[in-house]
Order: sequence, then C-alpha cells, then structure tokens
Amino acid sequence: MDKVLLIIQREYLSRVRKKAFLITVFLVPALLLGMYAVMYLLYKNSSEMNTVHVVKVLDDSGVFAGKLHDKTSLKFKSLNEPLTSAKKGLKKNQDEIILLIPKNYEDPKAVQVLSENKPSISTANEIERQMNEIATNNKMVAAGIDTAKLKSISSDISISARQVTEEGEKDSNIGALYGIGVAGAIMIYLSLFIYGAQVMRGVIEEKTNRIIEVIVSSVKPFQLMLGKIIGVALVSLTQFILWIILSLAVSYIASKHFNAPQSPLLGLIEGLKGVPVGNIVAYFLFYFLTGFLLYSALFAAVGSAVDSETETQQFMFPITMPLLFTYIISVSFLAQNPDSTLGFWLSVIPFTAPVAMMVRVPFGVPDWQLYLSMGLMIVGFIFTTWVASRIYRVGILMYGKKASYSELAKWFFYKE
Amino acid sequence: MLSIRNIVKQYAGHTALSGVSLEVTGGQIFGLLGPNGAGKTSLIRIINQITAPDSGEVYFGGEKLNQSHIGRIGYMPEERGLYKKMAIGEQIVYLARLKGLSHAEATRRIKYWFEKLEIESWWEKKVEELSKGMQQKAQFVATVLHEPDLIILDEPFSGFDPVNAELIKNEILELNQKGATILFSTHRMESVEELCNSIALIHQSHKILDGRVKDIRNSYRNNTYLIEYSGNRLEFNGSEPFEVLGDSATDEGRLLRLQLNATTSVNDVLQYLIPQVSVSRLQEIIPSVNEIFIQKVNQKS
Repeated sequence: MDKVLLIIQREYLSRVRKKAFLITVFLVPALLLGMYAVMYLLYKNSSEMNTVHVVKVLDDSGVFAGKLHDKTSLKFKSLNEPLTSAKKGLKKNQDEIILLIPKNYEDPKAVQVLSENKPSISTANEIERQMNEIATNNKMVAAGIDTAKLKSISSDISISARQVTEEGEKDSNIGALYGIGVAGAIMIYLSLFIYGAQVMRGVIEEKTNRIIEVIVSSVKPFQLMLGKIIGVALVSLTQFILWIILSLAVSYIASKHFNAPQSPLLGLIEGLKGVPVGNIVAYFLFYFLTGFLLYSALFAAVGSAVDSETETQQFMFPITMPLLFTYIISVSFLAQNPDSTLGFWLSVIPFTAPVAMMVRVPFGVPDWQLYLSMGLMIVGFIFTTWVASRIYRVGILMYGKKASYSELAKWFFYKE
Repeated sequence: MLSIRNIVKQYAGHTALSGVSLEVTGGQIFGLLGPNGAGKTSLIRIINQITAPDSGEVYFGGEKLNQSHIGRIGYMPEERGLYKKMAIGEQIVYLARLKGLSHAEATRRIKYWFEKLEIESWWEKKVEELSKGMQQKAQFVATVLHEPDLIILDEPFSGFDPVNAELIKNEILELNQKGATILFSTHRMESVEELCNSIALIHQSHKILDGRVKDIRNSYRNNTYLIEYSGNRLEFNGSEPFEVLGDSATDEGRLLRLQLNATTSVNDVLQYLIPQVSVSRLQEIIPSVNEIFIQKVNQKS
C-alpha cells in the first residue's frame, strides 16, 4: 500500500508541477475575468442606463407636459429658461437632455432631443415609448374608447412551469435545467477524454522509456496502474476544485472592483434558484470519478498494448464510441426527454451513465434509478479495472509486437 | 543463495524456458549466457517476480521467492530507461523508495554514489539532457542503491564506452567483494572469462551447460598443444607420439599445433622434439568460453 501511495505521489506531483497544468488552472479564471472586464466595459459604455438623466421638456404641443413619468435613470422636468441658455447649459452638464416637442409632433423627425453626448438607444427608446403611449391614449380618448376597459381586455400570458414532486409543487426553470444538464454532460465527456488520455500517455511513456521493467521489479503491475489512475484522478479533482475556488474569487473581486451589479455569476445563481446545485455538483463528482476510473483503466490497457501513441487508434474506437454516442444522444434527445426509456437505459449502463445521468439529474431522477446507476457504476469500474489490469500486466512487457484484439484476449487469459 | 528448480514458462505459441534448473551460490559472479531469444530475459523476469513461471520454483536464500525479497534484489534491465522529464536525483530517490528505502536514507546514499562516480552535478538534471552512457551510470546507481544481496544485470556493458565500461566493471567487482551476489546475462564472452566464477548456457529454452568457468573450460580440454620452435622444418612420418593438426611458418620461427595420443604426455612430445629443433614455447590450448559457446550452440542446432 505504501508503494501505491508513492506512485500516486509521483504521478500527482509530476503532473501538477508542469507548466501546462498551471496554465490551464489559471486560464479558466483568467477567461472569466476577461469576460467580466468585457461586460464591465460594455456596461460603462452604456452608463447612461444607470446615471440619472435629466430631460428638460419644452412642449409646444401641450399634449405631453406632465404626463411623462420618471424612471430610475430618467427624470423629466419642464424647461423653464430660454432655450439658448439651456443649450449652453448642456456643455456644463453632460447628463442633461433637452426634449423639444413641436406642435406638429407627429411629423417625421419633428421631435428633437438635444444633448452634449449622443443619448443612448435605451434613453431614446424610453422617451419614444412614453410619447407614443401618451399620444395613442389621447387618440383613443378622442375616438371615444375607454382606455381602462381596453387595458383590462388586453392579455399578457406567460407560462410558469411547475414540477410536481413529493415536497409539493416547485418552480422549474426548464431553460436553466436544460443548460445545466447539457453543461454537466459536456464537462464529464471532455474531462473523461482529457484525463483518460493522460493515463494512457503515462503508460505509453513508461513503456517506451523501458522504465516499466525497473518499476515492476519493485511493485506489481496492478499497483502501478492503480497508482497512476488515482494520481491522475487527484490531478483532475485538484483542477476542478481550483477552478471553482478561483472562479468564485475572481467573481468576488470583479464584483468589488468593477462594481457591476449584473455579475453573470449572480445572474446564473438567480437562474438556478429552485435547482439543487449542491446535489448536482455532488453527482457530477461521483459520476466523473467513477466514470474516470472505469474509462482510464481501459485507456491504461490500450496504452500497455501499443508502442507509441500513433498505434492507439484501432483500440480507441470501441472505447470512445459509447461516450461519443451518449454525448450526441444526450445533448440532442435526452435533454428534451430526460425521463424516456432510452434515457433510463443509458443512465444505468456504466459505460454511458456518466454522461447520460448528468443530463437527467437536474430534472430529477427517481431515487431507485440513481441508486441502481451508482451501484452499477461501482461494479462497472471494478470490472473494467480487473479486465484492464490483466491485459496491462502482460502488455507492458511486450515490445515491438503489434497487438490485435485476439492477442489482447490471449493476454487476458494468461496465468500470472 | 538462488536456487532455480525446473522452471517452465510458456507463451502462446512458444516455450521460453523448459525445465531450467540453476544453482547460484552466494558471493559468486554468475554469467547467464545464450544467444538472443534463448530465454535469458524470461528467466531474469521470473527471478525478479515480474512474471511467474508456469511450473517450477525459485528459492532465494533458502526461502521460496516472495514479495519480501524484492528489496534484496537489484535489477538493471537490458533496455534501460528512466523518466525523461524527471530530475535524476529525484528519480533515483523514487526508485529507491519503491524498493523500501526511506527518503533521507536514499538521498544520503545517492550523494555517496554520485560523488564516487563524479556525477554530483547531475542531481537536478533531467534525463533527456544526459547522453546515453550518462543515463546508464545513473541507472546503475539506481540499481545498487538499496544495497541488494543479489544484483541482476541484463547486458550491463552494452552502450558504455570502454572507459565507463571499465568503471562499471570495477564497481561490480567491488560490490561483489563486499558480499553481493551478481547475476548477469551477456553475450560478450571476454567479460565472462574476466568476471564470472560460474556460468550457465541457455539455448532454445534449455540449459545446455552450467558450472564453474574453470571446470567447464577444463572439461573441454582435448590435449591440444601449441609449440613454437625454430630450426629446420620438421618432417612427420607417423611415428611421432602425437597427431599433427598444423605446422606453419611465422616471423619468429614455426608454429606446430598438435594433439596428444591417448597414451602419450607432453613430456614425450618434448623428448621427441628437443633433439631436432629448439623449442621456444609450449602451451596447452584450452578452448575459450566463446569457443565452447559457439560449439555448443551449433551442436544443438
């Protein structure tokens, strides 16, 4: 056991110390920070949205005066000074806007807005909207239509999807659930590949370096394989945890410094209300870990059977197929039909469960299906590890022999 | 020290070892000889517990070979290798710890060896920065660091330049004098005669010869002698007490190769020759291990 720990330690440290690891760890929060910065700049650009604009209204028509109502960023005042001095005042006060409404306000381009800076689209839109509403209202009144009655007639329907669960009804934001499910599936799919390939490359490296023979004279091949798989698993967990911590830190710093009230993370959290995020993270870690153990054992067996990375193609196909297949089905079909029969089967078969279950979990999965799936995952990875280790122990000592599937089968049945 | 009894190892399609038995007594330098593909590496892997035999047993120091012996064996495989991207010092510490040494002890011993081989400056170097010969020196240190009782070296001198080969040879001899048993496989016969007390010859999965080098060579003596003489060319008519294998001229005089008859001795030969010519050299031709090796292998096939 001590030896496995030593191997885990080496596998872990040799990867974590690599520059590539540090770069990827910091790249994701850096991208996030960049995203915040871009949002902040966009937000600064449209700062009119938040700074209060004073609109001085000169209403020659007399239709609008007093009817324009204030918004958080728009205050309406009537212009009570000569236009020329008011125009001069614009230079001093950049947040001031002068709204000129002539008598023929319905003519194209008749209504004018004067300001030092070009007013933002949202400001212009808001003024336009209010003026249209007032004008329409006036016309309705003139035409003898009861505006109060009209308001009560017009309908504004929005669907609120509610899920019936044992705890009672709860809000379900289908869009957010879909997003989370697909994002989780993609994350699992990619990380299984990336870290599984790392295990495979490690095995090939030891084999081509011929250090394997020195090591297996000290430890059993199974110990080496296990140590490598666990080592890489810890690397990946370190990466995920650092990403989460750094992303939170970056979000915190960004919210302090950029003073952005609409942080995308906060927005996301708002959207996730009612979704059991803690549960989903826990399931993600479980399915990633068991899925990783299951697939990386197979990757290790492939690595042991070849002499170089270019030869891995023929064996990679059957390993990547179930993952790719589930991924495509999950994103296109399962996310829309999470409770279908296909969804059930895909999420209990260990080879496809990590990806398929991630799509289903946000929508809620019956407990018995979850337990079945998780139990099968554990059985599955123990099984593949056993199969893989039997191929691995022979493969690592075979040089210069192009292995075929029948060869692998023979290796499997070798005695010690 | 090491007793190998009736080892059989079969791979799909061919037999690597069929009923091989060997005795390696403690303190020996034992040479394992054989042409390529004879089964040497298979045997070495079994001793290292990398693979297990189909049948037969290996005893190490009187006990049946088991995992507890791993720390007492040091193994340098023929195809050597180290992690390319890992610093040399750290790497040897790792390999030594896998053999059961503590971190501190491994570090202390590596310092000793690096000073001895004058490679102290390598500690932080990565393997990929070293030449092949340098890598082998580092690997040798990794092999012997845990002071194994049995050191197994597969083709230890291949890849070394003559200076470094000599250096490693002396280190092997020194370790042997300190009590380590050495088992090495090679096809370099001159090193066998120089170093080995005993040898075993494996050919096509069978052991075809083993024993002390001296005994083996003696058993292949066939009463052949070489005589250098000067004077007139000898005339042979069949009455001489030996059989003539060859008689040729050299710069110094003439060389006569002869084989004794069943009843005659070297003295009879001298008595026959001395009246006729002046003898400047007489030497028994004992076949070299190399010749025995080739002869045995050819006989078999």
